[in-house]
Amino acid sequence: MFRKLMTWTMTELLPSVRIALGTILICCVVYPAIIWGLGQGLTPRTADGSLIYGNDGRIIGAERIAQAFTRPEYFWPRPSAADYNAAGAAGSNLSPANPRLRALAEQRIAAYTPASEELVPADLVTASGSGLDPHITVEAALFQLPRVANARGLNEAELRATVERHAGENGGDLINVLLLNLELDGAAVPE
Amino acid sequence: MSMLLSLGILGTCALLSWPLGRYLTAVMEPPKQARGIQRLFETTIFRVTGSAAAAEQNWKSYAVSMLTFNGVMFGLSWMVLTVQALLPLNPDQKTALEPSLVFNTVSSFVSNTNLQHYSGEASLSYFSQLFAMMWLQFVSAATGLAVLAALARGLSGRTMLGNFYRDVLRATFGILLPASLVVATLLLIGGIPMTFKGAAVAQTLEGIEQVIARGPVAAFVAIKQLGTNGGGFFGPNSTHPMENPGYFTNVIECMSILLIPMACVWMFGFMTRRVRHAAVVFAVMALMLAVNVGAALYLESAPTAALEGLPVSQQHGNLEGKELRFGTGAGPLWAALTTATSNGSVDSMHDSLNPLTGLVPMIGMWLNVIFGGVGVGMINMFLYIIAGVFICGMMVGRTPEYLTRKVETREMKLALLAILVHPLFILGGAAIFAATPWGAGTVNNPGPHGFSEILYEFSSASADNGSGFEGLGDNTIPWNTATALVMLLSRFIPIILPLAIAGSLAAKKATPENTGTLRTDTPLFGFVILGSVVFAGALLFLPVAVLGPIAEHLAGVIR
Repeated sequence: MFRKLMTWTMTELLPSVRIALGTILICCVVYPAIIWGLGQGLTPRTADGSLIYGNDGRIIGAERIAQAFTRPEYFWPRPSAADYNAAGAAGSNLSPANPRLRALAEQRIAAYTPASEELVPADLVTASGSGLDPHITVEAALFQLPRVANARGLNEAELRATVERHAGENGGDLINVLLLNLELDGAAVPE
Repeated sequence: MSMLLSLGILGTCALLSWPLGRYLTAVMEPPKQARGIQRLFETTIFRVTGSAAAAEQNWKSYAVSMLTFNGVMFGLSWMVLTVQALLPLNPDQKTALEPSLVFNTVSSFVSNTNLQHYSGEASLSYFSQLFAMMWLQFVSAATGLAVLAALARGLSGRTMLGNFYRDVLRATFGILLPASLVVATLLLIGGIPMTFKGAAVAQTLEGIEQVIARGPVAAFVAIKQLGTNGGGFFGPNSTHPMENPGYFTNVIECMSILLIPMACVWMFGFMTRRVRHAAVVFAVMALMLAVNVGAALYLESAPTAALEGLPVSQQHGNLEGKELRFGTGAGPLWAALTTATSNGSVDSMHDSLNPLTGLVPMIGMWLNVIFGGVGVGMINMFLYIIAGVFICGMMVGRTPEYLTRKVETREMKLALLAILVHPLFILGGAAIFAATPWGAGTVNNPGPHGFSEILYEFSSASADNGSGFEGLGDNTIPWNTATALVMLLSRFIPIILPLAIAGSLAAKKATPENTGTLRTDTPLFGFVILGSVVFAGALLFLPVAVLGPIAEHLAGVIR
C-alpha cells in the first residue's frame, strides 16, 4: 500500500504539480501580461475602464456604466435592480409572471407622469441585465425631452437636435445617457 | 434582423470549425516526424515533464493521471481562494471566502462548470481571478480536449490511449492559449478593460459617489468563452458593460462559445478516420441547435406579460434583464448557444426570459450533447451513439457494432450508467430541494417559476453548464454543497466510463464491415442518434418541464 502510494507520488503527483506550475506560469503570468501590454499600448483609455474626468481632474464616471439621474434637468437612464452600484451589478431576476415586476413597472410609469394616451417606452420601465446599461433608445430620450427642456429653459427643437446628434450604436437607435447629460452640463465630453 | 445575425453567426462558426478541427487534430495527434515549432514544442514537453509524459497509457492509467492532475487543480485553487487576503494583486482588499463557498467555487471551475455562487467584483481579488479562476478555465477545458483525443484513439482500435500529461499540455499551449490571445486582442479593440488598477471612485454629475469595479477582464473573458467555461469576471457575466461593451464584442464572444465545441466533432472524425460519420453527428447537433435557437428567438420576440395592459410601447420584445446595445435577439440567441454547449455565460438574465423561452436553455442542458462542452460534448454524444447502435442491433437481432467493434453488455451497461446519472442528479436534486426549505426558502419568484429556478440550478450543475436563474439565493451551505457534489460527479463519471468503454472496445477483435453492418455515415444513422437523444435523453424531463416553465406559461394564458 505504502509502496503504491510512493510510486503514485513519483509518477503521477509530482509531474502533475510540475505541469500545474508550468501552466500557471504561462497562462496566468505571461498571457495576461501580453494582453495587458497590448491594452495599454493599443487602447489605453478603454483598457483602464473608459473613465471620464471632469475639468478639475476628478472622475465623473465611466463612459459605459450607467449612473443614477433623478433630477428633472437630466435625461434618466433605464431602471437598475442594483441601484446603479457599479461594484455590485445585478439584474432583477424577476419572472414576467411575477406580480412584483408589474408593481415596479407601475411605479416607474407613475414617475414619468405620462399624459393620458401617451405610451412610455419599454426600456424606461424594465431593468437591464447588469443594472448598468448605459443606453436608452432614441424614443426614450425624446419621450423625456419636454421635461428636460422645461427644467433647463431650453428650446425643444434645439434640444432635439442635440439628442439626435448623440444617437449611435445599433444602427443609430441608442443614446448614451451619461454622455448626453455631460454635454448638456457643458462639461468635457471624451472624444 | 436578429434571425439574420443568428444565421450569420452559426454559419460562420460552422465554416470555421472545419479548418479548426484539422488544426486541433494536428496539435493533439502530431505527425511522427513533427517539424518546426511543433517539434520544439513536443521536445519541450518531454523535457519539462520528464518520463511522466513519455509513457503510453491504457485507459486506467490515463484516468488515474487525469484524476491526479484534476486533484492538484482542486488543491491549488482551494489554497488561493482561502488565503487571497494575504496574496498580491488585491487592490480592493478582498477577504477570504466562506468554506462551503470555496468548495462550491473550486468544484465548479475544476469541473468546467463555472456555476458562480459568488459575485466576481464583490468577492475575488485580481490574483484569485487570474491564478485560480482563469487558470482552471484553461486546464479544465484542456482536460476535456485531452480525454476526447484519448477516446478517439481508443475507438480507432488502439488499446493505448496516449498520455494524459502530454495531451493536456498540447491542448493548453497548442489550442487554448493561441486562441485566447487572438480573441482577447479582439476584445481589447472592442473596448474591454485590461487593468490591474483597483476600482475607480467617481463623483457622479448629481454628486453621488459611485465605485466602479474594473480589472484584467479581456484576458479572462477570452478563455471564459473559448473553453466552454462561462464564469464571468463580474456577477452578471456578459451583460456587464465592462465584460461585453458593445455589439462587436457580443458577436465575438458569441462565436467563441461555439467554435471549439464544433471543431471537436471534426477532430473526433479526423482522429478516428471517420469523417463522414463525424459529418452525420455534426448535422444532428446542428439541427438540434437550429431548433433551439429558432424557438428561443421566436418565443422571446413576444412582449413580456408583466407589462400587459400598461401604457407602455413594447416594440423590442421583452426587455427585462436585457441590455440595449446588443440588439434584440442577442439574449435568446446567446441563451440557446450557451446551454447547447456547456458554456453557461449569459448576455441577458435567463430568470427574466419569457416562461417558454426559459425552457429552451433547460432543454439544451438536459440533452447536453448539442456540441456540448469542449471535448466532453462529443463524449456525451458517444454515449448516445452506443445506446443507439445497441437498440438498433436489438431490433434486427444482430450483435451491434460501432466502428467495427462489437458493442456488448458491458459497454452498454457503462454507457447507460453514464447517461442516467444526469437525469438522476437533476430530478433527484430538484425533488429534494423543492420539497425542503433548502430550496423552497431560497427562490426569488413565486409559483411554478420558483420551481423552475430550483430545476434550472440542478440542470446547470449536472450539465456542467454554469448559467442560472440567478434570482435563486444559492449561496447557502446546502446549495453550495449539493451542487458542488453534483458538478464533480457529473463531470468525472461521464469522462471515466467512456474511457472504460473505449478501452474495452479497443481490446476486441475488429469485425470486417459487411452488408449487414449498421453504417454510421448515413442519414439513417443520423435519425438513430437523434432518436436515442430525444427518447432516452429528453422524455425523462417532460414532467418537470410541465411543472415549471409550461405551467407558468399556461397560467399566464389563462389569466
